[in-house]
Amino acid sequence: MSRKVRLNTPLKEEKVTSLRAGDEVLLNGTIYTGRDAAHQRLLDLLEKGKELPFDVKGQIIYYVGPSPAKPGTPIGSCGPTTSYRMDSYAPALMKIGLKGMIGKGPRGKEVVEAMKRYKAVYFAAVGGAAALIARSVKSSRIVAYENLGTEAIRELEVEDFPVIVANDVLGNDLYEEGIRKYSRRK
Amino acid sequence: MKQIHVDSIIEVVRNICQEANFYLGDDVQRALEESLKIEESPTGKTIIEQILENAEIARKHRVPMCQDTGAAVFFVELGQEAQVVGGDFTEAINEGVRQGYREGYLRKSMVNDPLMDRKNTQDNTPAIIHTRVVPGDKLKITFAPKGGGSENMSVVRMMKPADGVEGVRDFVVDWVKRSGGNPCPPIIVGVGIGGTFEKCAELAKISLLRELGRLNADPRFASLEKQLKEEINDLGIGPMGLGGRVTALAVHIETHPCHIASLPVAVNIQCHAARHKSVTL
Ligand code: SF4
Repeated sequence: MSRKVRLNTPLKEEKVTSLRAGDEVLLNGTIYTGRDAAHQRLLDLLEKGKELPFDVKGQIIYYVGPSPAKPGTPIGSCGPTTSYRMDSYAPALMKIGLKGMIGKGPRGKEVVEAMKRYKAVYFAAVGGAAALIARSVKSSRIVAYENLGTEAIRELEVEDFPVIVANDVLGNDLYEEGIRKYSRRK
Repeated sequence: MKQIHVDSIIEVVRNICQEANFYLGDDVQRALEESLKIEESPTGKTIIEQILENAEIARKHRVPMCQDTGAAVFFVELGQEAQVVGGDFTEAINEGVRQGYREGYLRKSMVNDPLMDRKNTQDNTPAIIHTRVVPGDKLKITFAPKGGGSENMSVVRMMKPADGVEGVRDFVVDWVKRSGGNPCPPIIVGVGIGGTFEKCAELAKISLLRELGRLNADPRFASLEKQLKEEINDLGIGPMGLGGRVTALAVHIETHPCHIASLPVAVNIQCHAARHKSVTL
């Protein structure tokens, strides 16, 4: 049975390891955004041994490219983007302490393995529930790569951001298990 | 000859760009509500509830239901007795997109060049416009923005006539299976069969404009639509690919006569943010 949990960032290791695939989680605190272009830049920095624009230790990266904010609101609609495009970058970030990722769609084998090894989790947010998710974002600030527009890295303050644990530190994968459970095909 | 000024085209395009992105169609809304009764997975139910709540928020606050407000795709039916005056028709559509995406705070997702620069054009142009000349003196413009997530899970295959109904069925179901959670299920599966390589792709996309709940007028294809929907929902992919009973809200098939040697088949997947809006001038 799935549980409902409220979590605060930065994530503590014991909290991360207690999460199980299927848990419904409400996230609170600071999270960071980044998608294709931003990840490429982070990895370039890592390769050169340079410092990243924010400390990823214990943090969560949300794969999102928001729509522009209407005046008087912190952010535009901001649902998750497809995660597999970030698969080749994710393990290197977990290695230096990233504890969570939010996106949509299944992850590759190396990412699932890296989550086990480095004790991190992958949260699924509801793709297309972008206006709903925007309501849980209380503030937004660009941290790096402003010139990337929607792809810039942002620091978001979130309150009860609804996500579902898709992959946990034990290697459970809700994308596989959920489909197996409901499949009627031989 | 009836004259239609480009200024009125710019204005309606500006408006439908926003309306399509703010307001989920009644048919999709109904289909989602229905699907909530069928879904057995608790996670799946939570997801469908969030999608419905999201549509409500988008409508009430006039914000895009999804941040990916898509490539600006248009289907235009131009009456042969109507004449567009006052400027360039294509430019008028593009100007409408420019204004609509700016005014509506919609995301600009087009890059100028697919492979070399990939620089954002900053105004979501150019639009992708499919035009047909039809009898009459009206101009019908349909705007159907398409997000990357579901468009990327689309395919054309040149099958052999001998593959038959079974071959087509297996191909479509396998393709949806491979796409899994990526195109944001619950989805609508658009299938184009026949014509040529490019024609079947267009048919698949046009089929997505059909009102949900209506079947193909040919009973044989209507029954294939039902069968495909059932098989797809038996895959267990479920809302957002996390397992469940509801994967496809509908399967729409459109067909066209084709060459004796060919059986082109296209699958264009549409996510639950199924947006389209038409206006007639
Ligand atoms: S697939 Fe559709 S609902 Fe999902 S993110 Fe893309 S546009 Fe939005």
